[in-house]
Amino acid sequence: MTNRRVVIDPITRIEGHLRIEVEVDENNVVQKAYSSSTLWRGIELILKGRDPRDAGLMAQRICGVCTYSHYKAGVEAVENALGIEAPYNAKLVRSLLNASLYMHDHVVQFYHLHGLDWVDVVSALSADPEAASKLAFKYSDLPIATGTDELKAVQQRVKSFVDKGQLGPFANAYWGNGTYKFSPEQNLIALSHYLKALEVQRVAAQMFAIFGAKQPHPQSLVVGGVTCVRDILSPTRLSSWREKYKIVKDFIDRAYQADIVMAAEAYGTEESVLGGVGVKNFLAGDAFMLNRSENLFQSGYIKNGDLSQVFDIDDTKIKEDVTHAWYKGADTLQPYDGVTEPDYTGFVDGDTVNGQAKIIDESKKYSWVKAPRYDNEAMEVGPLACLLVNYARGNKKVQSEVGAFLKRTGLPVGALFTTLGRTAARMLQTKLISDNAITIFDSLVENIKTDDSTYTKFEIDSSKEYMGRFIGEVPRGTLSHWVRIKNGLIENYQAVVPTTWNAGPMDAKGTVGPYEASLVGLKLEDPTKPLEVLRVIHSFDPCMACSVHVIDMKGVELSEFKVNPMSSGAAC
Amino acid sequence: MNSFDALYAKAKDRVRSLSELPSVKEESVEQMLEARGIERRDFMKWAAGITAMLALPSQFTPLFAEAAKLADRVPLVWLHMAECTGCSESLIRSDAPTIDSLIFDYISLDYHETLMAAAGWQAEENLEHALKKYAGRYILLVEGGVPTAMNGQYLTLGPQGRTGLTVVTEAAKGAAAIFSIGTCSSFGGIQAAAPNPTGAKGVDKVISQPVINVPGCPPSAANIVGTLMHYLLFGTLPALDRYHRPKWAYGNRIHDLCERRGHFDAGEFVESFGDEGAKDGWCLYKQGCKGPYTFNNCSTERFNQHVNWPIGAGHGCMGCSEPDFWDTMGPLEQPIKSHLVMGLNATVDKVGAALLTATVVGIGAHAVASIFMSKKEKEENKS
Repeated sequence: MTNRRVVIDPITRIEGHLRIEVEVDENNVVQKAYSSSTLWRGIELILKGRDPRDAGLMAQRICGVCTYSHYKAGVEAVENALGIEAPYNAKLVRSLLNASLYMHDHVVQFYHLHGLDWVDVVSALSADPEAASKLAFKYSDLPIATGTDELKAVQQRVKSFVDKGQLGPFANAYWGNGTYKFSPEQNLIALSHYLKALEVQRVAAQMFAIFGAKQPHPQSLVVGGVTCVRDILSPTRLSSWREKYKIVKDFIDRAYQADIVMAAEAYGTEESVLGGVGVKNFLAGDAFMLNRSENLFQSGYIKNGDLSQVFDIDDTKIKEDVTHAWYKGADTLQPYDGVTEPDYTGFVDGDTVNGQAKIIDESKKYSWVKAPRYDNEAMEVGPLACLLVNYARGNKKVQSEVGAFLKRTGLPVGALFTTLGRTAARMLQTKLISDNAITIFDSLVENIKTDDSTYTKFEIDSSKEYMGRFIGEVPRGTLSHWVRIKNGLIENYQAVVPTTWNAGPMDAKGTVGPYEASLVGLKLEDPTKPLEVLRVIHSFDPCMACSVHVIDMKGVELSEFKVNPMSSGAAC
Repeated sequence: MNSFDALYAKAKDRVRSLSELPSVKEESVEQMLEARGIERRDFMKWAAGITAMLALPSQFTPLFAEAAKLADRVPLVWLHMAECTGCSESLIRSDAPTIDSLIFDYISLDYHETLMAAAGWQAEENLEHALKKYAGRYILLVEGGVPTAMNGQYLTLGPQGRTGLTVVTEAAKGAAAIFSIGTCSSFGGIQAAAPNPTGAKGVDKVISQPVINVPGCPPSAANIVGTLMHYLLFGTLPALDRYHRPKWAYGNRIHDLCERRGHFDAGEFVESFGDEGAKDGWCLYKQGCKGPYTFNNCSTERFNQHVNWPIGAGHGCMGCSEPDFWDTMGPLEQPIKSHLVMGLNATVDKVGAALLTATVVGIGAHAVASIFMSKKEKEENKS
């Protein structure tokens, strides 16, 4: 029997436009998988010829979910090019904003984007609220939003919709699928947290806006520093940040952490979440200045899941391949060669388990995302990569947090290399960041006692040529921005973004990237309703708008960096 | 008698006709409020907030409360085109009402890719179902510009690989009202900035139906929800400006209601980010603030439940709710050379606080901005 094709388009509950296709055998086990981004916008191309000071604000519009990531990257890439060092206060504010972003972004990702892959909303209706309320103490000493009265209210609220067959955003989903492993009571606890998280994320965004002006799409960074000098010098604003921070941290400690522990217990033997790591190379950038001497996370990469060795990143080894991406060019693009122009070939007619559709022809091009490679190898990036690299580096904070989680759940280190592990890693990273954000805050408060500088003046000499870059960790993994400035204007701009590393198509050698590799071997209960695929893909936290970029790079020299300047498809 | 009487009568009629529509949820709102522990007092407070935001007199408050209770009569379909999801993120920051109550209690969110549980074929079914079942009744909200180059193929959606252009055109046919949420769907946005590689356009440029534009990058949650609530109460298009933006939100210049306006009039400017003027909250005009050219309610509504806004955080406005602002307002941290307000850099900071002069500055700023706007309008009429 030949393989049958499953098309999932749109993949919902993500940022942007993503199509996943898999081929299943007669036992509904995935044999092959294809990842396709279906939108191209061309933002780097638009950046060319602009004032370098505008790079951050424009690049930020790459993505409104990891909002700020591209803003900061754009600003710092230009600073790097111009040789500007922002004052210590500015660096701390940026670090604090980054922490505020993660505390928002990861909570929303788990509860509102990924959560419904783990939580069966309909099952929660048959829960006993009193038993659920007691059960919550198993996963947290101090549970939140799980009182019997609250759980009862949540249940009634959802029941009224289910009874009337009017499920709104919950309609026509995968409720009842056999791979949902929470008991009705566990589902009810998580559902209550889903609703609570809607409130908490609003507070997290306010916390961000205190120094960021607004969220999404903040507006308080400039090349040279930050503009929110009045906010950081105001005791009211500072204490307001701390109060909101406490609310969000409280939720992370008492709900997010507890729910992942609960998931580790319930899903610990569920096959469909115990695979999902096909590419075992992991790459991470550094992030979170805590004070003058310490960053929370360090950069590096590991190979073949080997935690005993960690390597430093060598920028010259990053290349991109467009064999299966909708761009013109040779199969394996060498840096600085060729032309990056859209070459859209679209889909072909084909049979799927749900009927006739447009499908990918995998022998040709099939995605707007390119395939980045490090030293010719595919790499996974994201919270899991960040933790693994730092674990391997001997980062004490990371080792202790990861160790405590493994001990508590009774899982071996190997359990990290799974879909479940990837989802748990995002929580652990959030926990590490929220625990350490107060250190950043304290460093800021300490420093403004004697230093109120927030901005470094600079001049752009239009007779000079500048080149610079930013590399660091953002919510979805390692991000880099590369800029070249000539005649006082942006001559060339590129972003190599996290989701590109993860979501890219096959390369010329047929090597697949993390998304495509993660799905092989996955068994689907009902291929026409492929919940298991959604769960694996969501565990990566796709951000497609980030991942798709391209620039017209013909003849551009970025030789100091030797990153493939053709770059385009990376995502946050 | 006052001039709002006609409007009031219209709203009353609207509430009556809404109440005659079949409910999507067939549920008593009183029960819902009770179940959620929302007291009538709080509900009325919320309605009063919306009334004030829409610049209507307080006698409309009870009508808003009534309309909100009938909101389940109006299903919503939210489409994503070429976008960054920032507008959806902004929507979920809403607290007036909060998004959870929006989703669960007030409205019937039948299609929204970022929030919906279903994916793939099931998602597609939900869309088809909503467009068919609620034909003529649903509100269509669009986030993102519409790529039109290469026959729209820079964006495809769904198992049949339909272009964004096709999807939005079809969804528009049965819509009772169409809102472009954000600058991208209103005017094309970042992807439409020069050289606009994908031929991205605002929704009103690709369909023939009337569209209400709610621009901003992203628009505040208040402006998104306010537009919805206005439609609920009046059922017709609000008063719109020349860019089809609701006047209640986009009727005033940022500059006119800016908290730093006094410093502009007094000639007190931030000369460099982080300087003493910056610490004292002086005017950001010389740092490229586009408040004098930008129409929006950020000065009064701010963002994230009034926590802050760009000028509050010491960065100038970048004009994000104006058409083509990426191309016309840049460099963003520099005054627009061709439209210097009062030829300002040389003189205004010297005039000090002399009252008479300051007044002239104010008038002058208005005059220059009006010339600027009418020029743009002329250009638009030509094209």
